Amino acid sequence: MRELKVLAVVVFFSLLTYYLVEPYAHHEMHKKVDAEGNEIKIESRGFAYDGSGDIEQAERKGDTALVAKKKTFWADVKKISALKGNMTAGEAGFAMCMGCHMDGAANMGGVVPPSLEHAGTLYEKNYLIALVKDPAMASNVDHKYADTMMHPMGSVSSMFTDDQSIADVVAYLMAKKAGEVTPKEAFAEACTRCHAMRYANITQLGDTPKFKHEKDALAHKIKVLEEQDAVKAYMGKLPPDLSMIIRARGEHFMETFIENPQTQLPGTSMPRVGLSHEGYEKVKEYLTEIGDPSKKHREALGPWVLFYFFIFTVLAFLWKKAMWKGLH
Amino acid sequence: MAHFDENAKPFSNKWLDERIGLNTLMRVLNTEYWIPKDINFLWAMGMVLAATFGILLVSGIFLLMYYKPDVATAFDSVNYTIMSEVGYGWLWRHIHGVGASIVFLIIYIHMFTGIYYGSYKKGRELIWLSGMGLFVAFSAEAFSGYMLPWGQMSYWAGMVITELFAGGSLEAVGLVEWIRGDYVPGDAYLTRFFMLHVLLIPLVIIGLIVLHFGTLRLPHVNNQEGADIDYEESAALWKAGNRKESKVIPFSPVFLSKDLFVMGVYFILFFYLVFYHFNFAMDPVNFDPADGLSTPAHIYPEWYFLWSYEILRPFSKDIGLIAFAFAQVVFFLLPFLDRSPNVAPAHKRGLFQIWFWVLLVDMIILTAMGKLPPTDPTFAFVGLVSAVLFLLMWPILIVITMFEKKIEKGA
Repeated sequence: MRELKVLAVVVFFSLLTYYLVEPYAHHEMHKKVDAEGNEIKIESRGFAYDGSGDIEQAERKGDTALVAKKKTFWADVKKISALKGNMTAGEAGFAMCMGCHMDGAANMGGVVPPSLEHAGTLYEKNYLIALVKDPAMASNVDHKYADTMMHPMGSVSSMFTDDQSIADVVAYLMAKKAGEVTPKEAFAEACTRCHAMRYANITQLGDTPKFKHEKDALAHKIKVLEEQDAVKAYMGKLPPDLSMIIRARGEHFMETFIENPQTQLPGTSMPRVGLSHEGYEKVKEYLTEIGDPSKKHREALGPWVLFYFFIFTVLAFLWKKAMWKGLH
Repeated sequence: MAHFDENAKPFSNKWLDERIGLNTLMRVLNTEYWIPKDINFLWAMGMVLAATFGILLVSGIFLLMYYKPDVATAFDSVNYTIMSEVGYGWLWRHIHGVGASIVFLIIYIHMFTGIYYGSYKKGRELIWLSGMGLFVAFSAEAFSGYMLPWGQMSYWAGMVITELFAGGSLEAVGLVEWIRGDYVPGDAYLTRFFMLHVLLIPLVIIGLIVLHFGTLRLPHVNNQEGADIDYEESAALWKAGNRKESKVIPFSPVFLSKDLFVMGVYFILFFYLVFYHFNFAMDPVNFDPADGLSTPAHIYPEWYFLWSYEILRPFSKDIGLIAFAFAQVVFFLLPFLDRSPNVAPAHKRGLFQIWFWVLLVDMIILTAMGKLPPTDPTFAFVGLVSAVLFLLMWPILIVITMFEKKIEKGA
């Protein structure tokens, strides 16, 4: 039938245009290439941390010393991961962590040390081992600390000097600091030391309290600004507010970026956070709750609206048939 | 003074007819507005466009109640107030965003239908010209609306497009500053584009829609074969009940019943996009707030401007601007560049048929290249070739239509 042929032509050219300007163009715009111009495929590694991505990245730079260093480091992490941790010894070790990672901690060397209340749930085991061993290497920002600057958590190396002590404290975290975590807690513990979220009234100092007097509100604001200045001095720029980030970045970008920020933004000062799969899901849930609160309404209302127009179309078709009866 | 029936009940049919000529209006605009029977669903695109404009207007009114045209609050009024505080604000915004993008798809389908069937020719020039006027007005409306959420793409697209007015080597920076009201897009810029978007351009659009409908009434719409229909004869046949023999149908209710069915199908697609597939119309980059100190890695217009953007891009500054300006006006000239007297579908017009498909494919390639990074030499080359081809298409049109054989029409 002629109408269907015409429709097929219209649909074909519309879809072709769509394919070219959306999936194809976005793939071409965001693809990363190495020095030889070959595409670097950036794929999620399922929130497991074995350093393979870091090593590949160092290989692409062609820095053999760095490759060797990364290989040794992650091989050590693997070795420690196989050790059986002693919980009691781990608890004693954790007491040292509490010296900085405590409630109401102040900014230390750039950021406020995050709460470890749910570290066992939020972060992946190998990442925690790597972090205690060498924070800069674990978070893949060792390039920032090559010369004189020291990682704010650098002193950890004097606290946990042998492999067994690292295995112990991580075993303790994985067992005792692994309670159920709400999406908001996940976000607060993993992200807010650097990122604000103004649509949820969260700053680098956490939830903004309600103030009765403007004077107190302003005093708090000054504290926030000072904290932001400290983060800015440490990170190079103020990390972006994450209120709308869930809509500003695609799913693939979010996953791969959070697993290893260097893949999507080479040279960024953002450290790898080391979220476990569960931790990532919780953080994503909170980002969606704040940045895309209509998602659940959309999904609930959509089928009804489409159903309405389906009925509308069927009725319109019947009317058209009646009207055009006997015309040809 | 005209005769007024004393006994006519207020607001009864007769009472209204005596005062505003209700029956005449109904006849002229509906029941005796004759449409050819030999049409396909593409003839419904006009009403689909009217409906989409209606949807944009209504959703726009709702959004206008909460939007704040101020660089400090615009982004949050859209992304926070409308999206999370206002009941169903998200729905109106998604409808408005998707509608603004999809309306251009329908406009392009409508335009290419007109080109394919020769509906801009003798007697129908004003339909084409007023339609092109609508295309320009819709483009201005789309661009001004795109500024309002004040995201990264709003800001940088605004920066790039207003910069065009510097005229390349003319360096008319004064004109650019006058348009922006500032050295860079800022508060004065946002408020004036807000005014344009919600008042001036919609007024122009409504006026042009009325004109567009008006230009259609006397020449009548074209038909699938470009046949010259004797409307009086066919109308008489219809009125006498010979519906099978008549070549026409009344606008209401016969043509409208088909329009409504096509609209139904269209609305299923439209609301599918609104609920499940809106990113093509609401660029993720624009969910980052405007930042004059951080240029996005890629700046590109919305898909419907890409073809003309790509005519600007492959050339040097001044030649690019001239080519761009040419591309903006050349479609207006179509009724005068096409020298053939034939009103017929392209498949009956020999070389013109090839010309039509080449133009369509070339514009799709331009559209794709307009978004692909020009740093890739292949894309840059394909872009250049298709831009040059686009410019050549118009002198070619004059030549091939000059030598087009006249089609003798049978009865």
